[in-house]
Amino acid sequence: MIKVTNLQKSFGETQVLKGISTTFEKGKTNLIIGQSGSGKTVLIKCLLGLFQYEGGTISYEGKQFSKLTEDQKRTLRGDIGMVFQGSALFDSMTIIENVMFPLRMFTNMNKSEMQDRANLVLKRVNLSDAHHKMPSEASGGMQKRVAIARAIVNNPKYLFCDEPNSGLDPKTAIVIDNLIQEITKEYNITTVINSHDMNSVMEIGETILFLKDGRKAWIGSKNTIFKTDNEVVTDFVYSSNLFKKVRKMYLEENS
Amino acid sequence: MIYLHNVGRYFLMIKKMFQKPTKWSVMKHLILKDIDDLIIGSLGIVAFISFFVGGVITIQTALNINNPLIPKYLVGFATRQSIILEFAPTFTSIIMAGKVGSFITSSIGTMRVTEQIDALEVMGVNSLNYLIFPKVTALMLYPFAIAVGMFLGILGGMAACVYGGYTSLEDYILGLQTDFDGFHMTYAFIKTFIFAFILATIPSYYGYYMKGGALEVGKASTTSFVWTAVVIILLNYVLTDMLLG
Repeated sequence: MIKVTNLQKSFGETQVLKGISTTFEKGKTNLIIGQSGSGKTVLIKCLLGLFQYEGGTISYEGKQFSKLTEDQKRTLRGDIGMVFQGSALFDSMTIIENVMFPLRMFTNMNKSEMQDRANLVLKRVNLSDAHHKMPSEASGGMQKRVAIARAIVNNPKYLFCDEPNSGLDPKTAIVIDNLIQEITKEYNITTVINSHDMNSVMEIGETILFLKDGRKAWIGSKNTIFKTDNEVVTDFVYSSNLFKKVRKMYLEENS
Repeated sequence: MIYLHNVGRYFLMIKKMFQKPTKWSVMKHLILKDIDDLIIGSLGIVAFISFFVGGVITIQTALNINNPLIPKYLVGFATRQSIILEFAPTFTSIIMAGKVGSFITSSIGTMRVTEQIDALEVMGVNSLNYLIFPKVTALMLYPFAIAVGMFLGILGGMAACVYGGYTSLEDYILGLQTDFDGFHMTYAFIKTFIFAFILATIPSYYGYYMKGGALEVGKASTTSFVWTAVVIILLNYVLTDMLLG
């Protein structure tokens, strides 16, 4: 579980996060949604320790991140897996080398043990036949799956995904969504996903945090988002005619 | 003020580069890869330039010695001095700032743009140590490339001298051996080691701390070349004054 209390972050004179408080629960897919510039990526980067924040606290299982020593932070980072928006695969390495990278860096496994573990997670993300391709030779969907495999290869306790569906076709996006949700349940990890994709929100949003101008505007789930009358949320989520119709049908069916 | 900020951050980067080292089993592969990319991959251009510049120095020296009282062996002497003291260590380093420096800046800068450096940091890897330390270590073999450059420069001078008919082979070799001071080699290699460190760290700095996209990677490469060349020229003056002055 990750607990965020009154988190504040500024860039120069622009305050991006204005006192966000929330909890990301274990074993659930926690989604952060909001318009571009609302502070989603900044929040994730603060959670990961990539950005220093001016105010508030971030606690991992009750331990305040800012009070950890460098060694403790390093240990904690061993428990974190991250899927970046652009996958961030190391382009000088093959797919299997990318997946084996965290094992090479932080475990004492020998080469065959690392290969076995990498093969297992690549199989888990349905990529059994692309081991020796370079990332540039893989499609966007494959790259995302490799990034997920790399993120989970070390059995993390926390999985962060920054817009895992960006640039993917709808079918592949659903595959990635389902994969992330399955992995969250299977490994019982805390998953935090930053997303723009309303399909993801409706499919896997067990907890949905809506940000507006750096503030928490709403929190709920995929079940309550249909019923909410919060105008800020409905303006954003149901901005397309398709989703307006979907919502109308849902409300009619459940009235 | 921005210059002071950059200088301070550059020295902090160097300090952090030596902290939290990467596992040796991983690091040795990175070092070998960088030796291949930065040293072995540069030998061709160093050899080509050295050979022909050696020839040009010889021809120009020979053509400028009009006075019959000046012995012809001075052509070999001047070529040796020019190549060992200045051309091989300093001017080759300026060329390498363009070749190796822009490669380092653009490769690290691209990693920054594509969030690969963030990925390393999130995993708990000291990205400065992982990315820059192997380059610094690999470039400690840079004096080897310079030694090759010295040899081929003198050889190029000899070829130009003999085949161009400017002086005899015996005179050229006599000139090479005249008043040879071993400390000049020491001076050249001290400079080379320091320039190697500059060649690895300044381009890395501009790549690591760049912000923006693909366009900024290009700009960072240009800026890194300019500052690497400026620092090499300034240090060349300071070191020459300290060691030979």
